[in-house]
Amino acid sequence: MILDEIREAYVKDLLTKGKRADGRGMLDYREIRIEKGIIANAEGSALASIGDTKVLAGIKFDIVEPFKDKPEEGTIVVNSEFSPVAHPEFSAGPPNEYSIELARVVDRGLRSAEVVDPKKLFIQEGKALGVFIDLYTLDNCGNLIDTAALAAMAALKCARVPKYDAEKQQLLREDFVGPLELARTVVTCSFEKIDGKTIIDASGEEEIASYGRVTIATCDGEMVCAAQKSGAAGFTADEIMGIIDVAIAKGNELRQKV
Amino acid sequence: MNENIQLIKDGKRIDGRAFNELRELKITAGVLKKADGSAFIEWGKNKVLAAVYRPREVLPKHLTNPYKAIVNCRYAMAPFSSTEEHGRSGPNRRSVEIGKVAKHVFENAILIKSFPNTMIDVHMEVLQSDGGTRVAGITAASVALADAGVPIKDLVCGVSVGKIGGEIVVDLNKEEDNQGSGDMPIVLSLRSGEVLLWQMDGMFTKEEIRKCFDKAFEAATKIREIQEAALKARCEAVYQTPEEGYEAKPDKFTDENKGIEVV
Repeated sequence: MILDEIREAYVKDLLTKGKRADGRGMLDYREIRIEKGIIANAEGSALASIGDTKVLAGIKFDIVEPFKDKPEEGTIVVNSEFSPVAHPEFSAGPPNEYSIELARVVDRGLRSAEVVDPKKLFIQEGKALGVFIDLYTLDNCGNLIDTAALAAMAALKCARVPKYDAEKQQLLREDFVGPLELARTVVTCSFEKIDGKTIIDASGEEEIASYGRVTIATCDGEMVCAAQKSGAAGFTADEIMGIIDVAIAKGNELRQKV
Repeated sequence: MNENIQLIKDGKRIDGRAFNELRELKITAGVLKKADGSAFIEWGKNKVLAAVYRPREVLPKHLTNPYKAIVNCRYAMAPFSSTEEHGRSGPNRRSVEIGKVAKHVFENAILIKSFPNTMIDVHMEVLQSDGGTRVAGITAASVALADAGVPIKDLVCGVSVGKIGGEIVVDLNKEEDNQGSGDMPIVLSLRSGEVLLWQMDGMFTKEEIRKCFDKAFEAATKIREIQEAALKARCEAVYQTPEEGYEAKPDKFTDENKGIEVV
């Protein structure tokens, strides 16, 4: 608590001088790196890092029973795991509200933009492909949502669809039909409001000092496909409009990297 | 998100409403005895009960914050609340996320720094659902907070805005929510002009989002009037002066069990 207070004061003090601890501008991302296909046994995988923050996304396909209200569609499931390796305050066990929020925000972006068409996952009556996207947080140094969204998108981009054996009614995991068809590329941009100033891609200590966050998911064609305000801060409609402008511009840059 | 059925016909929505029109909205404050504050909201077919407990000792104790009150916010849907199958009771991913973003709204609205080392509980029970339950719950919970006498900066107003058939409409019902091309629940503080909750799914252009906020602010002024009326009615009920011919009845407990004469 005391350490947080000191860090909070430090971050805020720097911001009043128009500076950030690592020398970045208010709307600069840290270095972004993406490695695709690093888990050979997964049908798709990617390790995304923004600065020191690392999230690993793994994709598995399974045969699932379609939902009753959508009998001719497959399913897409996004799960998040805040592993204790990533942060001293993370503990094993059922996901906490932060982890759930991360998974659901990433999920909303992918779902709204119809990145994967669930109709194309349909196999036959009562059978469809389920796409399971698991987001493993490995190192939490701030801005997990954007890192996770990059990892998810990159993993989808290199995912290969296993062949379905109709006789055995199972997936042949060593045999692939081809790459997973993707309609769009979705990325998120998260903004934190600290003492009335808005910054992008907050570091861990900046998150401690933050009063609230807005995450905007954008896809090709300058469309906004998901949003989430989090934290206690309020944002005026004008502030949000300004944030959307930046999110669209930065989103175009991020899309180049996935 | 696909619009198989026609949600807009001749400039009207499936339930006959205009694009800006809210469903019928009724709020009753102070409906519960044990909770410190409460409100019941009936919004279209939605029925949500909100209850608030004033600042009290934090449990579990290690969550105590020496600088401010912590706000616990719970959103739950009753297993019988939807038109679909029997729902599972207990928290799920959706309800946990809604509880989290609702908590942030009240962390902003409540003067939490005035109540260090305490917790404030806000509960929202969805008894019947028809689209827009989270904003209904938060709108009711805001009234319940006022009813409990918890110091707040403002009554907050929630409304969902969305896009159906290319039109921006307010207060989506379940069918519009499910079949429309996107929605955004919004909670506003009219006093500060700030957005305290904003979630969005579906695809929107920037211009459409701007329009959604404008419509949300417009709707919030109407919702705010109903919230104030509910609180006013509650105050009038509490401070009602006895009618003519009213006789104070002796307190049974003291009268019978202790034999003390009641003046």
